[in-house]
Amino acid sequence: MENIFDFFLQHREAIFIVILSIFLGIEVISHVPAVLHTPLMSGANAIHGVVIIGAIIVMGHAESTGSMILGFLAVILGTLNVVGGFVVTDRMLEMFKKKK
Amino acid sequence: MSDITQFLSGNSILEITYIVASVLFILGLKMLSHPLTARRGNILAAFGMGFAIVATILFHRKDGEPIGNIPYIIVAIIIGTAIGWIIAKKVKMTAMPQLVSFFNGMGGAAAALISMMEFPHVSPELIARSGMANGHVLAILLGLMIGTVSWAGSMIAYGKLDGWIGDLRIKWMKYVNLTILAVLIGFIVFIMTRNVTSATELTPYIYIMFAVAVVYGVLFVMPIGGADMPVVISLLNSFTGVAAAMGGFLYNNQAMLTGGILVGSAGTILTVLMCKAMNRSLLNVIVGVFGGGGAAADDGGGTVKEITLSDAAVLLSYSKKVVIVPGYGLAVAQAQHICHELDKLLEEKGVEVKYAIHPVAGRMPGHMNVLLAEADVPYEQLIESDEINPDLPNTDVIVIIGANDVVNPAAEDDPLSPIYGMPIVKAREARNIIVMKRGMGKGYAAIENKLFFNDKTRMLFGDAKATLQNLVSEVKDL
Repeated sequence: MENIFDFFLQHREAIFIVILSIFLGIEVISHVPAVLHTPLMSGANAIHGVVIIGAIIVMGHAESTGSMILGFLAVILGTLNVVGGFVVTDRMLEMFKKKK
Repeated sequence: MSDITQFLSGNSILEITYIVASVLFILGLKMLSHPLTARRGNILAAFGMGFAIVATILFHRKDGEPIGNIPYIIVAIIIGTAIGWIIAKKVKMTAMPQLVSFFNGMGGAAAALISMMEFPHVSPELIARSGMANGHVLAILLGLMIGTVSWAGSMIAYGKLDGWIGDLRIKWMKYVNLTILAVLIGFIVFIMTRNVTSATELTPYIYIMFAVAVVYGVLFVMPIGGADMPVVISLLNSFTGVAAAMGGFLYNNQAMLTGGILVGSAGTILTVLMCKAMNRSLLNVIVGVFGGGGAAADDGGGTVKEITLSDAAVLLSYSKKVVIVPGYGLAVAQAQHICHELDKLLEEKGVEVKYAIHPVAGRMPGHMNVLLAEADVPYEQLIESDEINPDLPNTDVIVIIGANDVVNPAAEDDPLSPIYGMPIVKAREARNIIVMKRGMGKGYAAIENKLFFNDKTRMLFGDAKATLQNLVSEVKDL
């Protein structure tokens, strides 16, 4: 029990952010037309590529060869998620724009 | 003066950049949900990500230590960028859903790797103070579990959409899955209640847990029907968001936290919206009753009637109003361009041509719009099914190209049908119905379609692209 309270106090800012972000996420996209479901999913997909920051941090403090290799891999995968995600989304949206 | 030195030391710059990045993510998502601003929104979010990445490399400190191995990090980023860019640019628009799934899986895998590497480094002081049962360990374990499930699941979804993995439906599958899920949670409880001095003693369990999570991810997606794949991808997308947010907890990193949770919640809502478009509940999709019922097995009966190309050409050319219902069949045959050619030709002859777009036509909601936009079909010609339905009784010919379930009247008539209640394009109300289809195979949901046996229906068998090409030359020759 003490652990739980301890955890709560230590992470109260993070918990705050989490709760607000949940509502924000719901609010931000609740009126999206069906046409945009796919690009929106793809764009959101790119945004969770933010996990790459974690990969950079691990890699940046890796000491053993093993964790270097894993970190290297994690950065590549994270970049794939970010770059691929944004480029694909842009490609989809480019087509919507053309006939304006 | 010392204020400035401290500022330049980076910590504040880093935090400010993270705030800017978070704002850009939020704005980006907001703009992505409106057609006019969508593209800028995406670019804005990409800039946010760029700032966050550069600032992390330059200014991040862990116990005063700056980021090391920077050359390797940059090489890894270059490799990732090159591969990601090439794949994203080269893949055909029809393969878009698989691609989103693939990239999603990469993010999940990265999250899982981070957890795996961080686990042995849980500080012994923390363990001495509060044992293994602390928030740090929980974030690592959840990140590992969710990230891995998302990765394995996304790869299966990718394979299914790409057609090299089939559905696996066994009745007791859901019990197996629930058991495995329980085992995974059991692992978390087990690891967190161990009495150890250093987390490294428990590292082997992490690998076993990883393996179990892979199995769960695979089995979770295996039984789900291909038609439901978009919903699953959207769900896995929000999973990855949550996994990324776990990393945010781990490093007390606000950008990861906001970005991850934002996607987690937006993704969940998006998933629910997609389910709504198909009139199904999320639980329904996951447990996978689709196609399992088998109750609607009455044979439809009747015979199908074919139409020749020239008859079809005449019928179309002398109509006033034609509605085209494109489906995935059109997309796989890459027939969207030739289809547009046909519609231009007909318009020149004074025929009014519209496209009826069902919300879930194609493999993802909105997929069909993207494909037709690619072929330069004007936006105004694309009408959502709800809007076009009242117009159909006045439509001379409705041409169904490679679509099946979205025009299946069973959704309205047959309460036993698995798609009962799904909104459809009411094709049977049109005066004439032409169905272009490869053969008499069933649709993706494997349900019989009585529309094909309708008196007004004529079938044009063959590959959508070839048939359309022939049809175009027939219309030209008239």
